[in-house]
Amino acid sequence: MKLLRELLFPVIAVVVAFVVGGVIVWVIGDNPFEVYGLLLGSALTWPDGIGYTLFYATPLIFTGLAVAVAFRCGLLNIGAEGQLYVAAFACAWVSIKLGGTVIKDFSGAPIGYGWVSLPAVVLVPLAVLTAILVGGAWGAIPGWLKARFGAHEVITTIMMNFIAVALVSYFTQYYYKAPGDPIMESVPVGEAAHIPRLGAFVPGLPERLPLNVAFLLALLACALVYVFLWRTKWGYEIRATGANPSAAEYGGISVRKQIVLAMAVSGALAGMVGINEVLGYRYRYYDSFSDNYGFTGIAVALLGRNHPVGVVLAALLFGMLQRGGIFVDAFSVHVSKDLVQVLQGVVILFVAAELLFRGPFGRFGLLKRSKV
Amino acid sequence: MLELRAITKRFGEVLANDHIDIKVEPGTIHAIVGENGAGKSTAMRIAYGFYTADSGEILVDGEPRQIQTPHDAIRLGIGMVHQHFMLVDTMTVAENIVLGAEPGSAAAIDLAKASEEIRALSNEFRLSVDPHALVHDLSVGQQQRVELLKALYRHARLLILDEPTAVLTPQEVEEFFAILRRMREQGKTVIIITHKLSEVLAISDDVTVMRDGRVVGRVKTAETGAAELARMMVGRDVLLRVEKPDAKPGETVLSVQRLSVSVAGGERGLRDVSFEVRAGEIVGVAGVEGNGQTELIEALAGLVPPARAGGEVLFRGRDITKANARDRYEMGIAHVPEDRHRRGLLLDFDLSENSILGLHYRKPAVSAGPLLDLRGIRARAQEIIRDFDVRPANPDLPARALSGGNQQKLIIGREFGLNPKLLLISQPTRGVDIGAIEFIHRKLVELRDEGCAILLVSAELEEVTSLADRLLVIYHGRIVGEVDPKRATQEEIGLLMTGGGKANAE
Amino acid sequence: MNNIFNVGLLLSAMRLATPLLLAALGGLFSERSGVINIALEGLMLAGAFTAAAVTWYAGSPWVGLASAVLAGAAIAGIHALACIRYRADQVVSGTAINILLTGVPALLSGAFFLSTGSTPQVPKEQLMPYTPIVIAAVLVPLTYYVLYYTPFGLRLRAVGENPEAADAAGVSVNGMRYAAVLISGALAGIGGAYLSIGQSSLFTRNMSAGRGFIALAALIFGKWRPVQTMLACLLFGFTEAVAIQLQGVHLFGGEEIPTQFVQIIPYVLTIVVLAGFIGTSRAPRALGIAYQKEK
Repeated sequence: MKLLRELLFPVIAVVVAFVVGGVIVWVIGDNPFEVYGLLLGSALTWPDGIGYTLFYATPLIFTGLAVAVAFRCGLLNIGAEGQLYVAAFACAWVSIKLGGTVIKDFSGAPIGYGWVSLPAVVLVPLAVLTAILVGGAWGAIPGWLKARFGAHEVITTIMMNFIAVALVSYFTQYYYKAPGDPIMESVPVGEAAHIPRLGAFVPGLPERLPLNVAFLLALLACALVYVFLWRTKWGYEIRATGANPSAAEYGGISVRKQIVLAMAVSGALAGMVGINEVLGYRYRYYDSFSDNYGFTGIAVALLGRNHPVGVVLAALLFGMLQRGGIFVDAFSVHVSKDLVQVLQGVVILFVAAELLFRGPFGRFGLLKRSKV
Repeated sequence: MLELRAITKRFGEVLANDHIDIKVEPGTIHAIVGENGAGKSTAMRIAYGFYTADSGEILVDGEPRQIQTPHDAIRLGIGMVHQHFMLVDTMTVAENIVLGAEPGSAAAIDLAKASEEIRALSNEFRLSVDPHALVHDLSVGQQQRVELLKALYRHARLLILDEPTAVLTPQEVEEFFAILRRMREQGKTVIIITHKLSEVLAISDDVTVMRDGRVVGRVKTAETGAAELARMMVGRDVLLRVEKPDAKPGETVLSVQRLSVSVAGGERGLRDVSFEVRAGEIVGVAGVEGNGQTELIEALAGLVPPARAGGEVLFRGRDITKANARDRYEMGIAHVPEDRHRRGLLLDFDLSENSILGLHYRKPAVSAGPLLDLRGIRARAQEIIRDFDVRPANPDLPARALSGGNQQKLIIGREFGLNPKLLLISQPTRGVDIGAIEFIHRKLVELRDEGCAILLVSAELEEVTSLADRLLVIYHGRIVGEVDPKRATQEEIGLLMTGGGKANAE
Repeated sequence: MNNIFNVGLLLSAMRLATPLLLAALGGLFSERSGVINIALEGLMLAGAFTAAAVTWYAGSPWVGLASAVLAGAAIAGIHALACIRYRADQVVSGTAINILLTGVPALLSGAFFLSTGSTPQVPKEQLMPYTPIVIAAVLVPLTYYVLYYTPFGLRLRAVGENPEAADAAGVSVNGMRYAAVLISGALAGIGGAYLSIGQSSLFTRNMSAGRGFIALAALIFGKWRPVQTMLACLLFGFTEAVAIQLQGVHLFGGEEIPTQFVQIIPYVLTIVVLAGFIGTSRAPRALGIAYQKEK
């Protein structure tokens, strides 16, 4: 019963979004059923469809969790985008510096970027840790600004997004780009920093698919977030602060500390996107790699009811849309993959305006008040 | 002028107004008295269109009227001055007064005309205030004048005043009453909501008394007295007598010396309060709500920032003035807060989780490292549920799903489980059904007999007098008297509570 | 070096400040009424796309501009409905609108113009390179006047500061808020139109490029007041102009000047102001809180 109640709104929101999207598709002049068939069907083929869906879902799980943790503390972290950029860059930086990156310039002479060349057993954990810590630190700043000065986290995180993007693009452009490379990307990371693709272990899954160990890490993060939020005293304090700051204060909890902590954990989770991107996929820092992961994370968290399990489900849905969108782009006449953005926007709108559904349904006593 | 007929209003489970009938004659000053929570403000907010009644009828000048919004009320010549002023404090006096009824055209407010009209009104009613001043630079007394001018500017024939004297000094009250009388002379009708009996007697022509959401009486002021009104106001239908042995007070547990708490922007708060509570006794604090009780309990619980508090608090001889909430909890000070929804519970959390609020960070709630011992927590929640008869007896339900009484029993169970040396308990039975009230009272006496020192704050006079071994009366942030609850009559205490005690003594 | 700072730079700063100013003034109406509007970015995109598409079809930038106003207001209407009627979280609703509007124009341009997210080029003579600048310039004193000298402005400010007080004075709180949010959409729509049929000649994917957020920053930096907001927009427009001028400029050592540091100035300033290091920027007191009568 409780589960049903939790699932009801998200499902309604998704269905409504698909109906709205379908109407748009129909108005534009395509057959909505064909488009949706393409969208969902292409995401479920084995191995490519499923492999890519899971790959696209990976960063969304991280950002969805990030937003959810902050939300549980009553904070809206719009800064996951910036946190993941800074973390990904730092992760690449460590993997370049300590991975012994050497590239050749025009003349073929080697240019050294690395200090040392650490073995994988040391380098990978170090790079992973860097992503987590740097993301966490970047996230903690708006937390601190709120706790100390009362600066609203929504505005500060938006501003920090732009600052993050500018900073990492500066470092990429002026320090870590290979000479002559026309693309805004860093030199490659040391090979020891690569984490394996899942194709290496899963029979039938080719290694060319970018789905990598970071996906398992994302699932692990879900489990850990669950334990953290619901099984530890720290999570209790965060949730209590989010549920009722006055009562938390009464319970001897320092609301300010919780705000900083929650934002740090949130930033750390967002930062883990860098692991998937840098260590598992491109093996370098690629400027503006994020396909709005941070913002989509808000949709994922809201749709997933700010619960790790819900986040995984919502991330999988959006991963499917992302994968299917490419096929819609290629094979339908009028509709482009931008349909995916429209669906996401409508989903968030309906999840946010939950009250819309409560009128007619509320009478049956099925839906009680719950905190969005 | 105004008549409410069988007005009923519910907020969730609370019946705020139960078939209220109030009739106000034109050209009179009509007082509506009752304790806090009696439903006075709700009834008047309905008359002003702030709330809509669930059922009932409103008549203005003898005709039934629909009042859905304040706009409707204003059109019918009704004005209201709310207890918390409805002023935009970043705007000027003139802007506040004309808001919603601006002179001039849609393209431009005629501020000159506005100032002129305001000046004319100030002269007529002797309400001097500078139209160009910013509201947040004004004293509360001046702000009140702005509120009155606002209503008069809208040609109100009936003024509803909600607790108008609460923020005024005695001299200001005198001035204020002069203004009201002047208004009556000019043919205006005034409704004044108050709980101060001396004022009722001084200013009003008629009195309607409310209690527990009902009208319990209507009298002519000239034909009644403070004693009768006090009895009507605080009397209970059901007499709850707690049978308890005499207290055997032990050593001093809590010693409060010249404790003061300042409140942002107001003169209220707590001023130089000193008293002691000893082991094995219940010290009651009686008073009309909003006279410093909240500040007193929160300061003792460590919930007031040290910057706002003055004085000294000793707990078993130790100075705890600077200790925070968790430190005090650790020392054995338990706290049942006055507002369980705001402070005491996490409504969306289940009962198990609520049963550890405040001790969630240590054993026994925590098993190893940072991990919570969920099974242990659940088992202990079940213990509380059993020992304190919480229903429904399901630790997995969210606290929201429980009735007020059961929520309260859960909190009390949690706090009693600490084996506290000192219990701070405020409004223990507010919104609690009769059965639970008796239960909670019995538990309190048990705890006292085990040697706990208890400081009990309640706006229910009946409750404090029957439970307390000693009774302090608080008024305007000061302790105005200590009485023996066994000897003092309700009338005596009621007079102290409503500021009449000092006048009598002097 | 000194030829970088010239009249051209100031003109360019004004041009760059114009869309910011239009959106920021829009945001000012919405936020002074108590409704957070982080949807400015999406509203600008709606205006930009509509203006370019309609101008191309109709052949008149005036029709395009009018349509942009309507499109902005219509999308803002969704935000208003969600926030006011359904008491949705205003930030979340704004985010939804932003995401929605990264998709809708691209989707429509794909359908109508068979392109990947851009509209066809509008002929040069149908562009509107100066009018929006004039509109923006006129709107500043106009907004100031409306806000401080008309009944509408008085009520707007009251509703954003203390909705209960406004209600008690007979003002319809939600009515004012609907009006304010619709105005914000209309103005942001003009700002967007300027991007597509003023500064350039077509709509391209995500062409607002964060300007809605900078406008929001300018609004906060300008303490929610029209003249200060204009100054903030000019400052931010100036930093953008400087960043553009510096692009590819080499110092004596042959090193490029990193423009990123110039670009982040608006954001850093906004954070600094929000944290209260430079004066205080106090938001309208009821900002972000849906008005509900019987709590």
